[in-house]
Amino acid sequence: MTPEDLLYNKEHEWVKAENNNAVIGITDYAQDALGDIVYVDLPRIGQEIKAGDAVGEIESVKSTADLHTPVSGKVVEVNQQAVDAPETINEKPYGDGWLFKIELSDRSELDSLMNSQVYEKYTEEL
Amino acid sequence: MDFIPITDQEKSEMLKFLGIKRVDELFDLSIPDEVRMRRPLNLPSGISEYELTRELENISKENASLNDYVSFLGGGAYDHFVPKIVDALISLPEFYTPYTPYQAEASQGILQSLFEYQSMISELTGLEVANASLYDGSTSLAEAALLAHDITKKNEVLVSETVHPEYREVLKNYVRGLGVTIKTVPSKNGQTDISAIEDMISENSACAIIQHPNFFGYLEDMERIGSILDGYTALFIAAIDPLSLGLLKSPSSFGVDVVVGEGQYLGNKISFGGPYLGIFACRKDYIRRVPGRLVSSTTDTKGRTGYVLTLQTREQHIRREKATSNITTSEVLNAIAAAIYLSYIGPEGITEIAHQCLQKAHYAHDRLSKISFLEPLSDAPFFKEFAFKSKKPVHEINERLFSEGIIGGINIERWYSQHPDTILFCVTEKRTKDEIDRLVEVMEAA
Amino acid sequence: METIFDISRPGAKAYSLPPLDVPVKPLGDLIPANLLRDEAPLLPEVSEGEIARHYTNLSNMDFAVDTVFYPLGSCTMKYNPKVNEAIASMGGFSNIHPYQDESQVQGALRLMHELAQWLAEIGGVKKVSLQPAAGAQGELAGMAMIRAYHERNGNPRSKVIIPDSAHGTNPATAAMLGYKVVTVPSDEFGGVDIKSLERLLDEEVAAIVLTNPNTLGIFDKNVVKINEMVHSAGALSFCDGANLNAILGKSRPGDMGFDVLQFNLHKTFSTPHGGGGPGSGPVGVNEVLEPFLPVPLVEKDGAVGAYYLDYERPFSIGKMKAFYGNFGVMVKAYCYIRSLGAEGLDHVSDIAVLNANYLKNKLEGTYILPYDIPCMHEFVLSAERQKKLGVKARDIAKRLLDFNIHPPTIYFPLIVDEALMIEPTETESKKALDRFVDVMKQIAEEAVENPDIILTAPHNTPVSKLNEAEAARHPHLK
Repeated sequence: MTPEDLLYNKEHEWVKAENNNAVIGITDYAQDALGDIVYVDLPRIGQEIKAGDAVGEIESVKSTADLHTPVSGKVVEVNQQAVDAPETINEKPYGDGWLFKIELSDRSELDSLMNSQVYEKYTEEL
Repeated sequence: MDFIPITDQEKSEMLKFLGIKRVDELFDLSIPDEVRMRRPLNLPSGISEYELTRELENISKENASLNDYVSFLGGGAYDHFVPKIVDALISLPEFYTPYTPYQAEASQGILQSLFEYQSMISELTGLEVANASLYDGSTSLAEAALLAHDITKKNEVLVSETVHPEYREVLKNYVRGLGVTIKTVPSKNGQTDISAIEDMISENSACAIIQHPNFFGYLEDMERIGSILDGYTALFIAAIDPLSLGLLKSPSSFGVDVVVGEGQYLGNKISFGGPYLGIFACRKDYIRRVPGRLVSSTTDTKGRTGYVLTLQTREQHIRREKATSNITTSEVLNAIAAAIYLSYIGPEGITEIAHQCLQKAHYAHDRLSKISFLEPLSDAPFFKEFAFKSKKPVHEINERLFSEGIIGGINIERWYSQHPDTILFCVTEKRTKDEIDRLVEVMEAA
Repeated sequence: METIFDISRPGAKAYSLPPLDVPVKPLGDLIPANLLRDEAPLLPEVSEGEIARHYTNLSNMDFAVDTVFYPLGSCTMKYNPKVNEAIASMGGFSNIHPYQDESQVQGALRLMHELAQWLAEIGGVKKVSLQPAAGAQGELAGMAMIRAYHERNGNPRSKVIIPDSAHGTNPATAAMLGYKVVTVPSDEFGGVDIKSLERLLDEEVAAIVLTNPNTLGIFDKNVVKINEMVHSAGALSFCDGANLNAILGKSRPGDMGFDVLQFNLHKTFSTPHGGGGPGSGPVGVNEVLEPFLPVPLVEKDGAVGAYYLDYERPFSIGKMKAFYGNFGVMVKAYCYIRSLGAEGLDHVSDIAVLNANYLKNKLEGTYILPYDIPCMHEFVLSAERQKKLGVKARDIAKRLLDFNIHPPTIYFPLIVDEALMIEPTETESKKALDRFVDVMKQIAEEAVENPDIILTAPHNTPVSKLNEAEAARHPHLK
């Protein structure tokens, strides 16, 4: 269920590192807790963001959640499909529902993130 | 009289179930002795419905009702005709006794009525988004300034001196604490001084607020103001009279970004200043920053059309300190009254009412112009209100008029010291030629 | 149902006007061409009978206090006496203009003056302004006065403390005045956690906002101590008056040490909610804040016995709205207080609290009662037990609709999971209360035996569950 090739933080965001870039999205647990996602506000392309920062917002019908970035870097791409059809995030949180891509400024930050097994255990205890 | 259905017998059963002897025990358990009130409230004793009606009838008679007097008062509260059907329908208990339609499935009547209201306001203003109303015209204007501040992130609000003085007072309170500066654009010849706007507008401006027709009744040069503002990030906010839109071009055609206005004139009683409703409409780009309730159509599980409150994450009950406003309500019943009224008058009616106001006001203006001690404040075009400078004290004129069954205009000197003894007259479709002639005759003799 | 626009067709009309009896001038002579509309706005074209039928049929789809039990917590959905509507419609009240000379509206001013005095007595405050249009605006007025007070003392301060159980309006209001919101947690009895409060209080705190009784329906026993702590830090204390219906004649926020109190005439004083408005939210203050009240205040000239509007208040925050407030609503609240009198209001709180405790004790055991102590006029249950069976508070709410009962407030206060906040009010019969208990128990049983009937509810309403997500993604507002 929880993809093994991704890394996770406690705010239920995932990171997929590819060379110097990283793709970021929210986990299945997060989308399920939020319910029907109706709106997503993403960082701007070119924006420098720092690990832990609130960089955007995700809204369901009756709740809002800050979107954090698990890693630091410069935003190089945002997923317009997630913006235009936020239900994609509910449907494919690890796939078409990714949120933004950054150029990593500090690869060592990846070391502090959880792997899929640790993350699964973490969510079971919540 | 207390409207409580629990009988003494039932009360003892309930007390027995709770294992207590007196209701007071419940309060003693909860409220510390130091703040427990041990004397009766110092209020009059209760009375029967008959006594109440008699007593309040007497109080109401201490007021001079416009039912009995011919009024030329305006200034943001207008004596337009309200057809009986409006009252009859908003008195339906399922409109006036529920709360906010949070449970959409059990509130389709109110939700659809509000949707229809929004549609009509959109049509009148030419803007895509109209909310389900705010408290009144003044608070709509203040909320529009907050929206502009939020969107532009600029800290200067330009507001014309010709905007209702009380609206400008309210605006001050709404920006208190936000680091926003209000700059008042002076007036000239009863209209906003256009060259002053050109001087004052800058990249620091969040918005410019214009009232059209303005507080003095005169029309503003919306086209020129629109083209000046076009070159800046500042939003163009216009306070309008919804009935004037039967004749006047919709504000959106001048590039207005947010339209606000008083909705009282749409089927709501004058009621000594409230309750009214605030019109609020804007461009679609700002939809997520709109204050107050928005109703959207959607579908149910069987594919039928239905209505819900939408974009609720803007609101205080979800977003708390990050909400677009602290407002929790719309003036729902007043908005439904407005929707019923607008359906009643229709496209032809709104045009004809606006036309009658315009023609009757001009007839009154022409006749008053011939009175020796009066002089028009301005030669600018006007809709249903206009102002005259008077060489005689306004209060004396008004006392004379009142003794003849006429309530004269407002002395605007109370807000504009530069305009001493200046009378603002309002003439609605309700005034007849005879009434206007009598106003003129009594004034001539004053 | 079809909309009024669907019914519209060219040529149909309802209105009639008297003839235009003045000489008519060409439109072009009166209004510049660039300001004139080319076409009439596309409003509906319908007959009066069609309007009557359309809106009457619409109204028939709604739940209302006049038709069903409506225990919506924190909203005080009590019966709205009919006579008050009739009185507010009298021409001497509904058809007077706010700018008439004071001498022409002595009755209206007298009514406002007396109502303000009565509210001051009920709340234990020095002076009341009736101007705010609703509860939230009363809060805004109160917070604006608090800011003005601190500004006058040289420093507006930067923070406002608000409990985690508070209404959303409280933080939203503080933010509108430029304050940063600091949350204080609740203790195990649902009151303010004193130790945390002690830590949070410093010279940057402008005020605390409390609801007492609070949103759990619990009277905070430490309220006097809390207000003393707040005052010794130089801050002021604001009472959200949402729950005043519990304590009429029993205890007064002013006596508890609050500096400012907001009233909701549409809750406590039975003026109809009108589907969410109009309300009226007067604000009362003690001596400290009195100079800052909005203008005008209605005063009585003792010498001549005449009432007048007092604008000569140099420290006033100014105006909250145009004119004097929601006068039409004030008339109804005046009638209500006048009808009941002191003893009647006292009885209101007696029965409101009795009814709430009765329901609470009947329903505990079936639903989890997170704070198991005597309540005031409302109480909060949790549907956590039912949630484990797959039935959430929102599902229970929808199922209640099938029984012609308006659901309680759900998911509030935020400190209770799956919260169901129940406020019966004093105007419900024992029969209505007992039926509610039976229905709530039946739903709890269904949650065990047949959860599907709950999850697919409502079944009898004019529409079934509506797609709110679709509306939020693609709003259609017209």
